[in-house]
Amino acid sequence: MTKGEIVLGCLAPHPPHLVYAENPPQNEAFSEGGWETLRWGYAKLARKLKTIDYDAIVIFTPHWQTYIGTHFLGLPEFKSKSVDPVFPNLFRYNYDLKVDVELAEAMHEETEKAGIITKMMRNPDFRVDYGTITSCHLLNPDWDKPIVTISSNRNSHYYSNEVMIEQAKALGEACMKAIEKSGKKVVLVSSHSLSHRHFVTEAPLPEDMSREHIYNHSQYVWDMKIIDMFREGKMQEVVDIMPEYTEQTIAETEAGGLIWMMAAMGVPSYPAEIYGYQSVIGTGNCIACWDPNTNTRELVL
Amino acid sequence: MSEDSPILFGLYVPPHPQPLLSPDANQGYSNLRAAFETCRKRIEESDADLILVYSTTWPSVVGHQIQALKESIWTHVDDDFHYLGSMPYNFKIDTDFANEYCSAAKKRGLHARTVEYEGFPIDTGSVVALSLLNPDNRIPACIVSSNMYANRSETIVLGKSASDALIAQGKKAVIVVVSSLSNRMFTEHIDPADDRIHSSKDNEWNEKILQFFADGRLEDLSQLSREIHGQIRVQKVVAYKPAWWLASAMGQHNNYQGEVLAYEALHGSGGAVIQLTPSTGSFGDKEFDEDDVEFYQGDRNVLNKGNF
Ligand SMILES: [Fe+2]
Repeated sequence: MTKGEIVLGCLAPHPPHLVYAENPPQNEAFSEGGWETLRWGYAKLARKLKTIDYDAIVIFTPHWQTYIGTHFLGLPEFKSKSVDPVFPNLFRYNYDLKVDVELAEAMHEETEKAGIITKMMRNPDFRVDYGTITSCHLLNPDWDKPIVTISSNRNSHYYSNEVMIEQAKALGEACMKAIEKSGKKVVLVSSHSLSHRHFVTEAPLPEDMSREHIYNHSQYVWDMKIIDMFREGKMQEVVDIMPEYTEQTIAETEAGGLIWMMAAMGVPSYPAEIYGYQSVIGTGNCIACWDPNTNTRELVL
Repeated sequence: MSEDSPILFGLYVPPHPQPLLSPDANQGYSNLRAAFETCRKRIEESDADLILVYSTTWPSVVGHQIQALKESIWTHVDDDFHYLGSMPYNFKIDTDFANEYCSAAKKRGLHARTVEYEGFPIDTGSVVALSLLNPDNRIPACIVSSNMYANRSETIVLGKSASDALIAQGKKAVIVVVSSLSNRMFTEHIDPADDRIHSSKDNEWNEKILQFFADGRLEDLSQLSREIHGQIRVQKVVAYKPAWWLASAMGQHNNYQGEVLAYEALHGSGGAVIQLTPSTGSFGDKEFDEDDVEFYQGDRNVLNKGNF
């Protein structure tokens, strides 16, 4: 069997606002649009994905929060409605998705071998979190590839950002081993915002873009610093600065997604492709990808 | 004082699903289950019109969310304890009260909204509490979220708004706080038979808090909230808020009859079922210099002023 590989790694933020703004038939809420910088960026990245040959999407989500280890979706199909507990006015999405259980089990096994506490999730009534659904919908609106969702173990809450980073690295390396053994071509998705301070009030029309801006300038400056490092391919520096960045901007990187993805990809030293940056209800969101293939890697923005 | 209160009694219950889904896996879980049953009977014997739940496992970002869907029906599965089974629910919600609570909160300066959506994911803690305390929907319920950024003044005002809304509608309620005491769980899977409080320190703090509860010293606990947060709460949110909400809804004093019906470990965290009933006669020795708050003024925007 040929060795499996990671064909792309995507940073894919999941504010439900972006799906709401698209008005797909799966979502019950109706909008007049909004957040185009991110949505157009997502559309461009989705077009790139269409040109890539891959078998499955593996996504790490902050909205399946587990305190007892790392959990993997472990049933072949999930069909239900996802209602965002925080923005139910925007996101009530009917999903019907397929899981690559074989790959999930392989990652579970490899992760366990690495000494990480794990669990397969086999309850058919389980609702897939809105982070997974939002990022996957925007990257692949056709839903024609199976996915694997990995829960985020909240080491930042229980211990510290440093412990979170150690664990996320070990998880990423174990997932990489499993992918190589599987012979599959896999797209990794780290689903989260960058700076993550929200406004606690909402405009009467949530998509009123005259009201949208970053929560404060400090968040913006930090986000730009990190994005500059993405551009320059300084991912080891990003990993090193992560505890400070996460603390200063209460970033959604606290869940460990970016570190997990970087570790699985061998901490890239090549430039990321940047597809857009915009605030959503005050949080900072960047769409980016790391393309290991030098022939297809582009300067996007 | 007690004759005027719209709140007949308050309950403090744990959010974990074991008492509902696996009560026989550990003697402690069944003790908690039995305590829930006792509370259920007491609610039945009271003339409560409503059960109002404040749940720490329902975080909100945009202000304070209040469940208003008259028939809230779904099957819930916990993020961590999915292997213990599913939790089908069918809750009858008092929509009129939810609307009243929302407008009472707004009158006190809070950003609040009702949520009324089919399939809304009611949180584990609320599902466990309402399933065990009100299994047949004998009386309607309402649930309010815990804003993840809210601190003391906002939470105190949210509690007072609950009381305002009950008085406005002339309703008697049992109010329920869903929260652990110490909330550090074991980070590995354990045999339920081996469950215990995560550390002696957590246990000692829990015991101290339970003494205050047993003595009916609710306002003293409210004043100790910041200390409790620092000592035995995993720092997921900015503050330990349940005692603030409970005290400001029921009355900010120590005139309560307290009863600890059970205290047990739930995967390492401290789970207690406690009842507080308004009574007479004050007990307590705390005096506090943080202001009481009637109206929420919002953030002070100190960050934006720092550059000058
Ligand atoms: Fe998020």
